[in-house]
Amino acid sequence: MKVLVAVKRVIDYNVKIRVKSDNSGVETANVKFSMNPFDEIAVEEAVRLKEAGKATEIVVVSLGPVAAQETIRTALAMGADRGVLVQTDEEVQPLAVAKALKALVDKEQPGLVILGKQAIDDDSNQTGQMLAALLGWSQGTFASKVELGDKATVTREVDGGLETVALKLPAVVTTDLRLNEPRYASLPNIMKAKKKPIETVTPADLGVDTSPRLVTLKVEEPAKRKAGVKVADVAALVDKLKNEAKVI
Amino acid sequence: MTILVIAEHEGGALKSATLNTVTAAAKIGGDIHVLVAGAGVAAIAAEAAKIAGIAKVLTAEAPALEHHLAEPLAALIVALAPGYTHILAPATTTGKNVAPRVAALLDVAQLSDITAVVSADTFVRPIYAGNALATVQSKDAIKIITVRGTGFEAAATTGGSAAIEAVSPAADPGLSAFVGQQLSKSERPELTSARIIVSGGRGMGSGENFALIEAVADKLGAAVGASRAAVDAGFVPNDFQVGQTGKIVAPDLYVAVGISGAIQHLAGMKDSKVIVAINKDEEAPIFQVADYGLVADLFKALPELAQELDKK
Repeated sequence: MKVLVAVKRVIDYNVKIRVKSDNSGVETANVKFSMNPFDEIAVEEAVRLKEAGKATEIVVVSLGPVAAQETIRTALAMGADRGVLVQTDEEVQPLAVAKALKALVDKEQPGLVILGKQAIDDDSNQTGQMLAALLGWSQGTFASKVELGDKATVTREVDGGLETVALKLPAVVTTDLRLNEPRYASLPNIMKAKKKPIETVTPADLGVDTSPRLVTLKVEEPAKRKAGVKVADVAALVDKLKNEAKVI
Repeated sequence: MTILVIAEHEGGALKSATLNTVTAAAKIGGDIHVLVAGAGVAAIAAEAAKIAGIAKVLTAEAPALEHHLAEPLAALIVALAPGYTHILAPATTTGKNVAPRVAALLDVAQLSDITAVVSADTFVRPIYAGNALATVQSKDAIKIITVRGTGFEAAATTGGSAAIEAVSPAADPGLSAFVGQQLSKSERPELTSARIIVSGGRGMGSGENFALIEAVADKLGAAVGASRAAVDAGFVPNDFQVGQTGKIVAPDLYVAVGISGAIQHLAGMKDSKVIVAINKDEEAPIFQVADYGLVADLFKALPELAQELDKK
């Protein structure tokens, strides 16, 4: 079966972001970008499915500016077979991404689509669920284990523990942190990935309107916490908590 | 304006996240209806009807709804949607699973994890692991929203007397089936609603050492949490995880023990009223957000703390 994986280029998770002084967004110039960590897990899972003989081809898709090609190359170096870049310089929100992915799924006919559970920039946690809805497919969100047979058996991380569901295929799966440990791309594989094909299309080619449905009015820094104090020992700590903070 | 709140319940009782969501709905203004879907939900509906400020409780019963699978539950909500201007769900794993599916079926955007209501179409939500707050306006006719519980007080569980009305469940799309679950058992308060939380990180060294944390937690009537490092190392189950990708908490007191304070962890707890850090590394970033910091070896400090708390 063919597997489609969606990856997003985001500000690297280690970067301490800065809000722009005009409150229009966050500073993205001269900031390190990399693949969204949950998407690395998605690519890794697809590659493992291929290694186990369950997947035949891995197509990796990203929406965004030309620079998102780098993110696709990273996935190709991890073991994906070919890439599709849906190129746009506009802001794309989860519903628009889901619609573009649906158009690609209609064209590519994969048996499984894997996405990360959320992107660490907008923290939406929506795209996978929206894609499943648009396709009329089943969804296995926050997956920590995926087994493929004539159904997909997915163990999900839920608030009280774990839950296992059986999904009719084709299905959409979104990855949680503990699904796997993504591999590092080796230098030879990075070189080989340069030869793998990346097709570039536009949202218009796919017949998708990506205009934002939500308008961001402003972006602000959260209120700073007051500087705290260091206490000398446990007795002083308990005293502060009892008599100053009055929380115990 | 009429607002539909999707109730979350488990084991025959309403979950507290539902109450925070009702408060968010009240801030939007308008009639509030609560949907209780599942199997055998009469008692839960009666409980929901007593919540202050509710106009009506809808119940939908079907075997397919028992485990809140996204596919049948979304179909039900979509069928009810035309009567509403806003549909709110708690930003729990169930809410996050279902709400985007509903939004896409209605062809509207979704607002995730709101922490404040500015007006009926404008909301505040954290982005970039809580390092920025975005004020976002929705132009859609129906606003689908998930509500961060820690952003809103819980609504009163008494004083209401809403009418209960049964609605027929939508047909099950038959796409998915519940197989089983493994829930962590705990006698302690639930993490997301606890007044005090004591959390351990990689510095705990092993799962057995979490007994030191539990001893302190029991004396405080606190819940036990953990950082991702502690969960990944297998010290505690993953539903203990506090952070961007785990649970978001805002207790009165958060005690971080052996936790360095990575951005992703802070995203889950920095709205706590009072933060205490116990760490032997005085350069650890956690001290930058802690109200009270103790630079000490946790293996010495935790037993001392347990002892000190006994002297009341």
